[in-house]
Amino acid sequence: MTPTPRWPSQIHDVLKSSDVRQVGYVPDAGHARLITLCQEDPHMRAVVLTTEEEGIGLVTGAWIGGQRSTLLMQSSGVGNCVNQLSLIRVCRIPLLILVTMRGEFAEFNPWQVPMGSITQQSLNLCGVTTYRAEHAEEVQELVQAAADLAFNGDLAVAVLLSQRLIGRKQWTK
Amino acid sequence: MDHARSGGGPAAARLKRREVVPALLHNRGDLLVVSGLGSACYDAFAAGDHPRNFYLWGAMGSAAMIGLGLALAQPEQQVLVITGDGEMLMGMGSLATIGVQQPANLTVAVLDNAHYSETGMQQSHTSAGTSLRAVAAGCGIGGAIDIHTMQEVAALRDQIHRGAGPILACIHVSPEEDPRVLPSRDGVYLKLRFREQLGFK
Repeated sequence: MTPTPRWPSQIHDVLKSSDVRQVGYVPDAGHARLITLCQEDPHMRAVVLTTEEEGIGLVTGAWIGGQRSTLLMQSSGVGNCVNQLSLIRVCRIPLLILVTMRGEFAEFNPWQVPMGSITQQSLNLCGVTTYRAEHAEEVQELVQAAADLAFNGDLAVAVLLSQRLIGRKQWTK
Repeated sequence: MDHARSGGGPAAARLKRREVVPALLHNRGDLLVVSGLGSACYDAFAAGDHPRNFYLWGAMGSAAMIGLGLALAQPEQQVLVITGDGEMLMGMGSLATIGVQQPANLTVAVLDNAHYSETGMQQSHTSAGTSLRAVAAGCGIGGAIDIHTMQEVAALRDQIHRGAGPILACIHVSPEEDPRVLPSRDGVYLKLRFREQLGFK
């Protein structure tokens, strides 16, 4: 059995030290540990969404109300956000998205590939800067750098957590 | 089923949106307002510009979620989202999300004229019987109501200030077009003046 990876709790530490108070998410296996950490943190409000695009409105409302927030989603969810991202660009709202990638390393489901293969380009087209984490050791530093850029610069930043980093999805036990 | 009362088709709609919105904003105090794109923005602006108004000119379907993020960030303030039936239909999942969070300080007032007035008065789903009140009730929003009279509008205004949410009020208005009165389209300006009201740079 592989040891529990540390990067989800390291991301939680970064969110906490960055004073992130609202965390919007659509349930996702790759983010499962981080979602639990945010739900259990009394200083964070975890908001389950029916679709990722709701998260862009949530972030905008939180920011005009004076709170920092972040969104957790899978690469497929990025496609759901496209038009709503106009809010972020027009109003210059700080945005930090943490994206677990599908459709790449050791993917077994071809239906994940179309969106996964254009996730980074889609974000860039929408004005979102992207960082990509391939290895567990670099996650904390990248998320911290993304949070600094987003919240200090009123910019939109996404960190893509590669499928190799997250690990193969276990379909049978 | 009495369609005119429950679904709120045009036959039931006698309220005028330009009378409803000023009544909702009467003596607004510190009320924070988010208005959905299109006529709801013009109505809110026509009632008097205010730095605590955040007007949307795009991102259709986002108004209720912006209201939720704002309500969670400012639990001591009352938040009113004013939007149209078309805008609310596009973000209907957000009613389920609001139902989970149960913010007492959030009211979503839908000016339901059963049409898309911005694009040429095509009928919306509420013309054919979709009840946003029923959807909201099904999502666990306790204060889900249909409104047909100005007395009910006045009562809603008082409920908003009491923090009796979450509320979704489906206010049935007639599908007539009013003169367009256009607020600022500068999103950064609207954001900064709104945040300044709450003490943020």
